[in-house]
Amino acid sequence: MNVEASRYRVLIGKPGLDGHDRGAKFIARALRDAGFEVIYTGIRRTPEEIAAAAVQEDVAAIGLSSLSGGHSRLFPAVLEALQAIGAGDIPVLGGGIIPEEEIAALQAAGIRQIFTPGTPIETILAAFREACAEHLRQNQGA
Amino acid sequence: MKEMSDQDRYDHWRENELRKSLERFPERKKKFSYHGGMEVPRVAVPEKIDPTYLEQLGFPGQYPFTRGVQPTMHRGRLWTMRQYAGFSTASETNRRFRFLLDQGTTGLSVAFDLPTQIGYDSDAAQSSGEVGKVGVAIDTLADLETLFAEIPLDKVSISMTINSPAAVLLAMYVAVGEKQGVAREKLSGTIQNDILKEYVARGTYIFPPRPSLRLITDIFRWCSANTPTFNTISISGYHIREAGATAIQEVALTLANGCTYVQAATDAGLDVDLFAPRLAFFFNASSNLLEEVAKFRAARRLWARLMKERFGARKPASLMLRFHTQTAGHTLTAQQIDNNIVRVTIQALAAVLGGTQSLHTNSRDEALSLPTEDSVRTALRTQQIIAHESGVADTIDPLAGSYYLEQLTDRIENEARELIRKIDEKGGVIPCIEDGFIKRQIESAAYDYQQEIESGERIIVGINRFQGEEREKLKLLKIDPAVEEEQVARLARVKTERDSARVANTLAEVHRVAAGDGNLMEPILSAVKAYASLGEICGVLREVFGEYRD
Amino acid sequence: MVTAPANLIEGIRRRDPRAIARAISWVESGAPLSGQVMAGLEQDLIDQARVYGITGPPGAGKSTLTGRLIGHYRRQEARVGVIAIDPSSPLSGGALLGDRIRMMDHALDPDVIMRSMASRGRLGGLCAAAGATVRILAGAGCSVIIIETVGVGQSEMDVIRLADLTALVVAPGQGDDIQAMKAGLLEVADLLVVNKGDCPGAEALALDLETAARDRPALPAGLSRVCMTTASENLGVAELAKTLDRLDSKRRQSGEHQAKRALAQRLEVVDWALEMLRPRLEKMIGATEAVTRDDPRQLASALIASLTGPER
Repeated sequence: MNVEASRYRVLIGKPGLDGHDRGAKFIARALRDAGFEVIYTGIRRTPEEIAAAAVQEDVAAIGLSSLSGGHSRLFPAVLEALQAIGAGDIPVLGGGIIPEEEIAALQAAGIRQIFTPGTPIETILAAFREACAEHLRQNQGA
Repeated sequence: MKEMSDQDRYDHWRENELRKSLERFPERKKKFSYHGGMEVPRVAVPEKIDPTYLEQLGFPGQYPFTRGVQPTMHRGRLWTMRQYAGFSTASETNRRFRFLLDQGTTGLSVAFDLPTQIGYDSDAAQSSGEVGKVGVAIDTLADLETLFAEIPLDKVSISMTINSPAAVLLAMYVAVGEKQGVAREKLSGTIQNDILKEYVARGTYIFPPRPSLRLITDIFRWCSANTPTFNTISISGYHIREAGATAIQEVALTLANGCTYVQAATDAGLDVDLFAPRLAFFFNASSNLLEEVAKFRAARRLWARLMKERFGARKPASLMLRFHTQTAGHTLTAQQIDNNIVRVTIQALAAVLGGTQSLHTNSRDEALSLPTEDSVRTALRTQQIIAHESGVADTIDPLAGSYYLEQLTDRIENEARELIRKIDEKGGVIPCIEDGFIKRQIESAAYDYQQEIESGERIIVGINRFQGEEREKLKLLKIDPAVEEEQVARLARVKTERDSARVANTLAEVHRVAAGDGNLMEPILSAVKAYASLGEICGVLREVFGEYRD
Repeated sequence: MVTAPANLIEGIRRRDPRAIARAISWVESGAPLSGQVMAGLEQDLIDQARVYGITGPPGAGKSTLTGRLIGHYRRQEARVGVIAIDPSSPLSGGALLGDRIRMMDHALDPDVIMRSMASRGRLGGLCAAAGATVRILAGAGCSVIIIETVGVGQSEMDVIRLADLTALVVAPGQGDDIQAMKAGLLEVADLLVVNKGDCPGAEALALDLETAARDRPALPAGLSRVCMTTASENLGVAELAKTLDRLDSKRRQSGEHQAKRALAQRLEVVDWALEMLRPRLEKMIGATEAVTRDDPRQLASALIASLTGPER
């Protein structure tokens, strides 16, 4: 049938207690305007909730936002939660107030890419597109 | 008054409001002059004072307060230089506070970490990874005692950025004051205590809107009777603007929230002229200098008019919009961070020209992390240079009369009023929160703004124009991950040392009163003095009030 | 994750969330093997599942109400499926699916399966895959399936067709929206729910709705067509659920339920046919020269004639 009908589905969420969602909302909208189907889960989500939602929605990528410094624990925690329910193959990208020197550690833990403030939206959209395309290729079966 | 000519009003103001103010405290200098000796006028007024001038502008310290809420403004007293600070443990923050006081800040503003702001103890599951990160971790009275060690609460004015658990922090503050021997009537300070903006812009809500308003009016009532010089609320537009709102939305949504609080208090039987004088506001100072100045003036005039028209407030103090300002965090860039010093300077200037009572200037590295001592010092110096070297604090509302500024002030007032009317039509702020109207307003504006940056229509230096190679890495403030362990251990110690039976009783009493309609302040005060933790007290309130779900 | 149809069928039976989610993605994207998966679902489960639609204008509190209904059915130990449908952007084809936010309380409950779907170009109506998704959720053991859609475009009529029963949810202060509501809706929705019952105007609105519904045949067993809820306080929710369940039960007894499902299936077949035809038709039209003076209806007739000829 229509290949075009296939849409990239992504989940955008904010783990932890941080309530500043301006950035996450902007990225969600920008993804929508770029043709993605975006499941936005709001603020104050636990890593487990984000993982469970990502699986139910069969997303091809997850975007996490953190501005409160909690990323060092919370981003890896989302990866763990995904592993625990057999969804460790879903790529996770992250953004927010994340110091340069912590990026390597997050990537080593399995975060695919980190976006710091000032990254042009086109860069972010391209990264999501690539991540989704790769994930769908690896998960083909139909 | 009726026989007075318009021209005479100026003399009348000088004989009354101005004279009374000068009697209370003189201006900072006997004479303000330029290099060369000529005197700087206190306030420039038109040669011919006409009815429009009187109606729209008036004189400083006089309704409608467009030109300022005090007759002498910054000539009488400079704005309070109040730098927001707080991180990791109470003792670390205490050190930073004492550094700031040494460097010349005249007031302190406490930042709390997210678990504290959301009513969780440092050992709660939800707190993991967040303890001490964006502010200081406070679990029990013991932490606040450490926080204010050697800081006399009757001499230093302290503002606490705490909302949902404000009652608990206020109780702890009162308890610390008592231990220091400061009489309740002498206790000054501020709690932000503005729950309505949390639902739409900041996200540190706990309980649903209605019980939250009940807590707020309990605080109003208790403080009127016990701590009359304490500012019980700082109605905030800062965060609304940070979330993406326009200047007009910032004014409208903040003042609409203000009206909601006033209404709730009068509905609860409080006399508007008794509590309104203690209401304070908190605004953003963004980069469009002249728009910001117009915004502050419009906000003052609109509030004065609303208080008079809607609530029949009569005391001049009830009509005055006093405010603290913070320079706009969202304008700071992570690239070429020295540019941020320039941005903050422009924004701080806007706040001063706009007549702020208190100001926090951001540090240049705050897009990257919490500020280092060096960066904070520069931020403070920015204020001091404006105050002492730029001359703008030596005369009152100097931009008044500018065609551009007055037209913009009028426009902002009118459009803000219109948005408030729309909110009223929909039933008020709470229904508009519940059905998402306010959030949608803000989101739409935020989206437009960001798209303008992405498309290059709005230039942000260093981001979409004039980018450059980054200099060598700056030393940034790092929060020691051991902070969380330390804090958890500290809490455990307090729990072993306190009288558990007493804690249980006080918590039971909080539950009882929360389920009824008595004032919660005294029960919370008792619990706090028994060293019940913030998480325990909020836990009880969560049981009774439920939790807000977006 | 290995994704042969047999694995998905097995996974659905085992109630594996990933298999369920993957199967739904397959029908959404029109994967060729999705037919096999659908064929492997247990028909009994599909027949027994209660399928309820919740629709209405934006701001009525549908998501909150749906969240409460989920809570209610969970307390009865029913496994619940939820499909939340939002319109796709006509410009970009993308969608912002935000209903889940109000239902995150149930995110970790293994017996609540939620799927957010975008209408994908069906003029704001339900996506073609909604029906198949209902069946997958039923096959995964959901005994109650709630379809929530914001009332724009065709979506209300679509959900009324697809669900066994539909509740139209409105709130006071939306007087204008209700006036503007397509007249058919008030006549066709099974239940009319006034949410935000604690707000001024709720009683008056309920009265208005009762008046509007006056000429419709009465519901069996003395059930009331107009209900009042305050979803934010969880009031009236149990009563609404009971009314839905009882009405559903009566309809099964009378045979109305089965007839409706049969009709829905026939209409869904036509829907799929149209979905499948559309790209071919567009391609065919693209191939002909643009002659703007010809009557479109004539052209369409000719197109269909050429399609339904011997060549398929």
